[in-house]
Amino acid sequence: MTPVLEAKNLKRDYHIPGSLMKPAKTVHAVKGVSFTVEEGKTLAIVGESGCGKSTLARMVTMIDPITEGEMLIDGRKVDIASEPLTSEMRSKVQIVFQNPYGSLNPRKKIGDILTEPLVINTKVPAGERRDRAMAMLKKVGLEEKHYGRYPHMFSGGQRQRVAIARALMLNPRLLVLDEPVSALDLSVQAQVLNLLADLQDEFRLTYVFISHDLSVVRHIADDVMVMYFGEAVEYGSRDQVFDDPQHSYTKTLFAATPRVDIDAIRARVERRKRVA
Amino acid sequence: MSLLEIKNLTVEFQTASGPFRAVDGVSLKVDEGEVLAIVGESGSGKSVSMLAAMGLLPWTAKVTADVLTFNGRDMQSMSDAERRKIIGREIAMIFQEPIASLNPCFTVGYQIEEVLRIHTDLSRKARRDRAIELFQSVGIPNPEERLGHYPHQMSGGQCQRVMIATALACNPKLLIADEPTTALDVTIQKQILDLLMKLQAEHGMGLIIITHDMGVVAETADRVIVQYKGRQIEQADVLSLFSAPKSVYTKALLSALPENATGGRLPTITEKLTDAEIFAGAVR
Repeated sequence: MTPVLEAKNLKRDYHIPGSLMKPAKTVHAVKGVSFTVEEGKTLAIVGESGCGKSTLARMVTMIDPITEGEMLIDGRKVDIASEPLTSEMRSKVQIVFQNPYGSLNPRKKIGDILTEPLVINTKVPAGERRDRAMAMLKKVGLEEKHYGRYPHMFSGGQRQRVAIARALMLNPRLLVLDEPVSALDLSVQAQVLNLLADLQDEFRLTYVFISHDLSVVRHIADDVMVMYFGEAVEYGSRDQVFDDPQHSYTKTLFAATPRVDIDAIRARVERRKRVA
Repeated sequence: MSLLEIKNLTVEFQTASGPFRAVDGVSLKVDEGEVLAIVGESGSGKSVSMLAAMGLLPWTAKVTADVLTFNGRDMQSMSDAERRKIIGREIAMIFQEPIASLNPCFTVGYQIEEVLRIHTDLSRKARRDRAIELFQSVGIPNPEERLGHYPHQMSGGQCQRVMIATALACNPKLLIADEPTTALDVTIQKQILDLLMKLQAEHGMGLIIITHDMGVVAETADRVIVQYKGRQIEQADVLSLFSAPKSVYTKALLSALPENATGGRLPTITEKLTDAEIFAGAVR
C-alpha cells in the first residue's frame, strides 16, 4: 500500500535579502527531514518554537515550495515550484490552524466559510454546497442553525470545530493540524481531540499533528518525530520514542514537561517540608 | 496573621445587558512563604479576582469584599496614593505576555531602574548596581550589557526573566504571577518555574500562581483553589487535590487530562455537567 505522505530529505531555505548595512542571509529552516505516514495513521511533530515544524507544515500543505528533496502525496510527486498546483491536489491536503480566533474571517457567516473551498476548487452547484455544509456541521458536533451565524458568536472550541469542518469540506486524504488544541481549555481540548479521533475512524483520515504538548501527543499519535533546529533528532513509533528516547534533546523535553503524577507531587511536598 | 486575606470578594461589570458577575464570593488566604495556585478555565475569574484585590480594575468594575487586607492593613479604605505605595513594592505582579508587558520604547535597564527610582531612595549608581544584581539573580548573562537592550532584542524567556527581576526589585512580600509561563516553550517554562520557586524559597515570600495548566499546579503549589465561572469550587492542599479530589468539577477536569486517559477517547464529563451541578458539588 502506498503511504499517503512520503517525504524524502525535505529541505527549505529562506533567503533574506541584504540591504546597505546587512549582507544577504540564508536561513535553513528545515534541514533534510524524511518520514512516511500511512493511511489512517497520525504522525506527531514535536519541537520548540523556531524548530521548523510550522515550515514543514507549510511544505506539506503546498503553501511553501520545497527547496530540496522529494515529497509524494498518495504516491504522486508534488513540486509546486515547477508546476502549478491543481485543484485536485489542493483538495487532498487541508490544514487546521492553532488560533480559531484568527483563522476564521470575522465578516463571513459560517455557511460561507464552509462552502468557500467548494466554490474555489469544485463545480458543485450552490444547493449541493449548502447541503454538504449542513451535513458537515452536524458531523463536527454543531447544528444547522449555526449556518447563518458569524464567528464571534461562537466559543473557542466551537470555532475550532468550524475550522475542522472547513478543512474536511473537500474530502481530503491528509489533514495537517498545527497546534489545534493549544489555544483551548482543558475540557474543550478533550472534546476536540475526541472529535478528531472520531473523524479519523470515519473517513480514514491521515493526520500530521503538530504540537508542543507531549501529553496530547502521547494520547493521539502513532508515530512521533522530534525536531530541533530544523532537523529530526528523533523519529519512531510512539512507544519507542516515549519509552526509550535516544537523543539528549528528547530527554530534556520529557524532563521539562510538567506532569500530574501523585508520587512526584508527594516527593516535592516532602522536600519542601524538610527545607522549611 | 496571613499576608493577604480576602473574604467574599465579588466583582461586577456593568454591561449593556445588565450587570455581569465575573467573581462571586471568593475567599482566600496566603501566608508568608506559601505557594497558592488558582486554577480554572478561561472565564473562571481567576485573573480578575487578583486584579481586583490589587485595585487594578477599571472604574466600570464594582468590587465588594467583606475583608480585603494585606499584612493587616485594609486595602479597601486605603487611598489610591497609599495603595500605590504598596503595589510594586510589597505586592508585585508578573503577567502572561512578557514581551507585551514591557515598554518597547525604553531599555530594560531603564524600566527596572524606574521601579527602584519610584519606590526607593537609592542613588543613581546604587540603582544601577541593584539592577545588575537582580539580573544576575534571575540568571541573565552579561547583565551590564543587557541593561542597555530593548525588549525586542531579547527572547520571550529572557523578557520574562526581566519581568521577574523587575517584580523582585523591592523585595516584595507577595508575588502574583498571572500565567507566567503560558506563552513560553516547555523547556523555557521549566527554567522559569524553577527560578520562581528558587527565588520564592530564598526570599520566603508568598506566591500566587494563576494558571490553567494542571501540570504547572502539580509542580509548584502548596495549596490549590479551583475556580469555575467566578466561583470557588474547591480549596485543598496540592496532594489531596490530585489524589482525592472532592468536587465533581475537579474530578471531571482531572479525568480530561490526556495523560490520565485509559482508552482511545478522553472522558468529557464537564460537557454533560450543568452549572448548577458543578456549583452544587463545590467544596469550600
